[in-house]
Amino acid sequence: MLVSYKWLKEYVDLDGVSAAELAEKITKSGIEVEGVETLNEGIRGVVVGHVLSCEQHPNADKLNKCLVDTGEADPVQIICGAPNVAAGQKVAVAKTGAVLPGNFKIKKAKLRGEESNGMICSLQELGIEGKLVAKEFSEGIYVFPNAAEVGTDALELLNRDDQILELGLTPNRADCLSMLGVAYEVGAILGKEVKLPETNTAPENEKASDYIKVSVAAKEDNPLYVAKVIKNVKIGPSPQWMQSRLMGAGIRPHNNIVDITNYILLEYGQPLHAFDYDRLGSREILVRRAADGEEIVTLDDTKRILSTDHLVITNGTEPVALAGVMGGANSEVNSQTENVLLESAYFTGPAIRKASKDHGLRSEASTRYEKGVDPARVRAAAERAAELMAAYAQGEVLAGSVEADSLEITPVIVSVTLEKVNRVLGTDLSEEVVADIFSRLKFDVLTDNGTFTVTVPTRRGDITIEEDLIEEVARLYGYDLLPKTLPIGTSTQGGLTDYQKKRRTVRQFLEGAGLMQAITYSLTSAEKAAQYALDKREPITLAMPMSEERSVLRLSIVPQLLDALKYNQARQNDNLALYETGAVFLKTGSSELPEEREHLAAAITGLWENHPWQGAKEPVDFYVVKGILEGLFTQLGIEEMVSFKQGAVEGMHPGRTALLSIAGKQVGFVGQVHPTVQKSLDLKETYVFELSLKAILSVEIPALRYKTIPRYPSITRDIALVVGAETPAGDLQDIIIEAGGSLLTDVNLFDLYEGEHMEAGKKSLAFSLKYLNPEKTLTDEDVMKAHDKVLTALKEKANAVLRG
Amino acid sequence: MQDRLKELEGEAISKVESASSLKELNEVRVSFLGKKGPITEVLKGMGKLSAEERPKMGALANEVRDVISMRIESKQQELEEAAVNEKLASETIDITLPGRPVRTGSHHPLTKIVEELEDLFIGMGYTVAEGPEVEKDYYNFEALNLPKGHPARDMQDSFYITEEFLLRTHTSPVQARTMEKNNGQGPVKIICPGKVYRRDNDDATHSHQFMQIEGLVVDENIRMSDLKGTLEVFAKKMFGDDREIRLRPSFFPFTEPSVEMDISCKICGGAGCSVCKKTGWIEILGAGMVHPNVLEMAGYDSKKYTGFAFGMGAERIAMLKYGIDDIRHFYTDDIRFLTQFSVPEE
Ligand SMILES: [Zn+2]
Repeated sequence: MLVSYKWLKEYVDLDGVSAAELAEKITKSGIEVEGVETLNEGIRGVVVGHVLSCEQHPNADKLNKCLVDTGEADPVQIICGAPNVAAGQKVAVAKTGAVLPGNFKIKKAKLRGEESNGMICSLQELGIEGKLVAKEFSEGIYVFPNAAEVGTDALELLNRDDQILELGLTPNRADCLSMLGVAYEVGAILGKEVKLPETNTAPENEKASDYIKVSVAAKEDNPLYVAKVIKNVKIGPSPQWMQSRLMGAGIRPHNNIVDITNYILLEYGQPLHAFDYDRLGSREILVRRAADGEEIVTLDDTKRILSTDHLVITNGTEPVALAGVMGGANSEVNSQTENVLLESAYFTGPAIRKASKDHGLRSEASTRYEKGVDPARVRAAAERAAELMAAYAQGEVLAGSVEADSLEITPVIVSVTLEKVNRVLGTDLSEEVVADIFSRLKFDVLTDNGTFTVTVPTRRGDITIEEDLIEEVARLYGYDLLPKTLPIGTSTQGGLTDYQKKRRTVRQFLEGAGLMQAITYSLTSAEKAAQYALDKREPITLAMPMSEERSVLRLSIVPQLLDALKYNQARQNDNLALYETGAVFLKTGSSELPEEREHLAAAITGLWENHPWQGAKEPVDFYVVKGILEGLFTQLGIEEMVSFKQGAVEGMHPGRTALLSIAGKQVGFVGQVHPTVQKSLDLKETYVFELSLKAILSVEIPALRYKTIPRYPSITRDIALVVGAETPAGDLQDIIIEAGGSLLTDVNLFDLYEGEHMEAGKKSLAFSLKYLNPEKTLTDEDVMKAHDKVLTALKEKANAVLRG
Repeated sequence: MQDRLKELEGEAISKVESASSLKELNEVRVSFLGKKGPITEVLKGMGKLSAEERPKMGALANEVRDVISMRIESKQQELEEAAVNEKLASETIDITLPGRPVRTGSHHPLTKIVEELEDLFIGMGYTVAEGPEVEKDYYNFEALNLPKGHPARDMQDSFYITEEFLLRTHTSPVQARTMEKNNGQGPVKIICPGKVYRRDNDDATHSHQFMQIEGLVVDENIRMSDLKGTLEVFAKKMFGDDREIRLRPSFFPFTEPSVEMDISCKICGGAGCSVCKKTGWIEILGAGMVHPNVLEMAGYDSKKYTGFAFGMGAERIAMLKYGIDDIRHFYTDDIRFLTQFSVPEE
């Protein structure tokens, strides 16, 4: 809502309160003033001039040579290119030395050999948006009514010596979609009275009811319809001041009748519609729901196909307006109009919202109806508009109005106690302070022993419960005056859940290991959603995606991380290690919410060790990534429960991928991205893992217990084994651990040899085995026994022979 | 004899002093203090002395020995030190060469903000509550006093999956779920961080996915002044003690009264600049007293219980705190962006 400061002054005394101060006060009391615009900012030296003569420029077809009286001793010559300039006009003249918007300085000039001492201005040149300029002036200069006094400030005459407050209204404050509503709000803030416009129509002898009959079939959509008839109007421009106010509020002037309906809409917040009475085609108004497929051509010359969802005004048979949204072209007021049927109606929100949405038509009227208008202003608005039509269109207002009225206004009465106000706000306000706030709001209030019983005015439809009243008290008392406290009462134990704590551990570990946390989008394309999914289900698709690229919920994180690597590599960031924790979304039954499983994924590419001057330049490989995971599992105390098995995952290198499982259930994978995928993404050798964080963090681990530090020495035996080249080292290690019994406390692979000194198809692996008895000093004999078992098992199960 | 001993002492000391290596010094030790050395030789002539003089001479000879061996010892230390120094000098390296880099990872800035807030509120007795990102219309809207057809649903255009399920538009459904789970009983004190989604085209200031952090306190006798005090603690912790806060009345369907909180603009100090749109204030979050309908729908007796709630966007907080100018940076994961957040802050 755009509010003119000067106009507002007509309703509330603003003496001593500047527009900027007012804006600050309004903002602090609950309606955000998003801006204050000074309309004549940066404009100087523009006066009303009288065009004494106007003849064609001797050397230019499209220019005119004008002699203009600007109120100074001598008239000046001005060259003007506007097509509509003519002798006898009163115009806005920017004199030499004047400044126009954009710091455009007017200087004496010569145009095609003729001197020009100033400029005759269009409204656009005076800083008014083109779409707000009335059609007749939109292609040329502006022409004042003849009464304009030569030499006076043209901007003042145009009411541009004003400031516009731009109110950002929240949906609950539809009451401030009118000047009167704003006046009540400002009156409450400043503690001032509100002066309402007075209406006194001098009724003619004829009655409106002799001219029109009104009936409403859809009473729920339209509880009140008021029609007035104004005869013998003279269509012409509306008065200057009215046009200025409309432009200030962002509405383009048309003619006196239409402008008056818009003016009242701004003043009362009540939408009005003027029909050309003689073009209605009947002497009847019937409001009803449209029939399916019924048609209307609206004012914008667009044919609209209607349905039973839409409310129409008809002449008894045909629609003449889409109720509350837009009038019909067939009954539009035009320059030939003589008699006007004025509609002021109360339409309820839902019917209007549907029509405005279905037809993509949001008008000043529909916006107000959707948010709710004040039913108590329907008649007053009609009376005031009729009076203005008499005053500014020389119309004759017929006596009375014709109504279809099924409206029942039940007063909303809300009460609240002083104790509750203070308890909710944490304040210690007195009864007087609270009562004063209600009276400033012009609420009808009964105060009885600490209880306020408020009859809410119909203009404030947002107030229905006691909390609403408490808010009114708080905001007008001032939020800055509220005390600051912290909650008292039941003390609660703050903290993280085990899961949340462990998740933080995971992040810290990975970051300590050199990975950077990434966050990517949950929405992806159908193609990417399916890649690298641990659980291959049909992905969940949005009903109305904004793009194909963000249409489906992800089943995995790796594809997003690969995109991030690609993005970075394209920007010469080559050595990358990213990880992410986040949900993937798995479809369940159609009546249940999807399962959201938190995953952990990482993607690493480029150099892992990078210290070239000492010769350390090692690209990431499988064992780097595996080492990170092993470290993580150790940190979480689950290293013994997770197993790595060679496996295959689509999109991964077939020989360099391991599946991770816990208790036989697959929980993730790790390995190298398939070289063809790497190539398609322009990536170097890249390693990734993705696992179910939920599965990893949900493993039950035994309570932490201290183990005595051994007091006896251990004995170490190294063995070198020759096995088939394809034998996994992990299998040998498993055999050793199983056979080694309780004395074997540690096994470490310390050498791997494949090459020319080996028989073809064979390799050598060396392990170091540590034996220890925590109870006593080990004897050679004890070790021998255990170690023999190990060697036998290796021979039997893996055909491993000791290397001689 | 006495003179001879003194003479030997002088001779030995000068040889010790002139020794230039440990080896030379050892030769001096052997030649003077050895079994066949001159002192032993001298002492052999003691038989000629009187019984009275013999012990005196013995003592003198021992004294000379001690002096010589002390001098040898100290010379030895000196020579050893010199040898060590020489070795160290030969081992000197160029300490200006670059060190071997240790890889460092870092929190994503949004996680940094979230964890900082979690820790702040945990210290005030809050727990961290999480919930699904795909939500039921009921929890996302209806339970929050936004029935179907409510005009304020326009304010948050959403991604629906079916008529009933959608990507949550805020983390408030976690509040609704937590209250419901508590069966209308006892205090609730939670902070709810999480991803939320709205139908916005991604540009410098809009993102279809973002991170929200909300808080909720419900108990008997929770006051609006408690909200104000809590928000002040938050603002000072997050943005510094020198920042002022301002509460403005506002509107949200799920709170009544509702507030928006501004902090004073750090860039212009309140004088007005482009960042604060010439107002001197920057909007940080929305909050309010929990609407009685929301309490009742979750099973709380709104006559007995009151509560407050607040919510903010982590991106917005991070952008203001660190001066980040484009919200898309949070989701492209450019490492030149991510690496900037590894340093700790006080
Ligand atoms: Zn500023």
